[in-house]
Amino acid sequence: MPTVPVVETAAPGTQPDFHFPPYVSSILRSPRKPLAMLPYTTSERTGPVFGHGIVAAHDNDLTAQHAGEPIGERILVHGRVLDEDGHPVRSALVEVWQANAAGRYHHRVDQHHAPLDPNFTGCGRMLTDGNGYYRFKSIKPGAYPWKNHHNAWRPAHIHFSLFGAGILSRLVTQMYFPGDPLQPFDPIFNSIADEAARNRLISKFDLAASEPDYALAFSFDIVLRGSMDTPFEAVPR
Amino acid sequence: MKLVPTASQTVGPYFRIGLEYLCGSPESNGTTGTTVRGRVLDANREPVPDAMLELWYADPQGHFVAGSQGADRNGRVPGFARIATGDEGQFSFTVPRPGPVAFDKTRLQAPHIEVMVFARGLLRHLITRMYFPDEAANIADPVLQSIPGDRRATLMARRVSSSGESLEWNIVLQGEGETVFFAW
Repeated sequence: MPTVPVVETAAPGTQPDFHFPPYVSSILRSPRKPLAMLPYTTSERTGPVFGHGIVAAHDNDLTAQHAGEPIGERILVHGRVLDEDGHPVRSALVEVWQANAAGRYHHRVDQHHAPLDPNFTGCGRMLTDGNGYYRFKSIKPGAYPWKNHHNAWRPAHIHFSLFGAGILSRLVTQMYFPGDPLQPFDPIFNSIADEAARNRLISKFDLAASEPDYALAFSFDIVLRGSMDTPFEAVPR
Repeated sequence: MKLVPTASQTVGPYFRIGLEYLCGSPESNGTTGTTVRGRVLDANREPVPDAMLELWYADPQGHFVAGSQGADRNGRVPGFARIATGDEGQFSFTVPRPGPVAFDKTRLQAPHIEVMVFARGLLRHLITRMYFPDEAANIADPVLQSIPGDRRATLMARRVSSSGESLEWNIVLQGEGETVFFAW
């Protein structure tokens, strides 16, 4: 049997453990048996490419999807999507979703006693440009309670989903805001043991990129696994 | 100096807000082929009604089209599908049977589907593979054969019709019959 080329796993502590009991939902849903090494074959090196067909002009403006403007602090979130070599990941699909300013999601399962905003769905998407750059407009999401433990509150966050050059680069994560007092108490945020890796999920306040008299800006760069220098071409058969 | 990849966080219970627009079996696009039905189950064999699967598979000739021309307006990319589980943890999809995929310059992999699993409770997504039970190439597939024999069957769908075009495959996140997942 030929040896299977495998993918190097993440440096210790830089990714959350699958099983992290302080996050109660992980207890019964995370694998406990030994994981197999991830093969590195054409199946893993390749991945879907989405292109502009699925992104409409206003999909990166979460404040302009309804008749009126949503309640809340307007924000601009921007940054670059890079590979492990620091090269831009171009045309990466970036999908985002979030709670409204009151900390309520536009979702039937969310029963938090806070108002829905008829002018805010909380869903956006975009492609990175030739420099790996993305930018979207939204309102700052509120913190909200959840049932993980007594008096549990999620710090304000925006969910991100990204597709890079292959499925090895696939990433779903959350972006946090600087200075949020709830972060030290949040088991999801603290599931990342490495402090530097954890803190890289906190966006930076970016006064220079803010629009005077209009919106504050936060910057958030994202590093996807893999290297664009390794082309994902078809392997000859 | 390599950059450290950004840490993963759970997709959470509300992913449909942002991700549902791409959800749907290729079946709904008139695809004919092999239908796979199954459920996502937790350690207590309770259904996971808020999971999302993403599939990546080769075309019948064994090539990943990679959507180089991009998705159409409905988000369809050849070889890719995103599927949310239902209230009973169930999912179903129909895909054209993938062909054998290159392993190296001389050898092939048996037809398979790369499957990523996202859910509340999963701080990182899971990666696994589904193989087809009636493929003779399974016996020589380097990845399948590298899995310990007592757990290999978790990657193999089960026939539920004589034609072999209707299959069952459950994803067990933990415990008895736990699916083999790959570390990343």
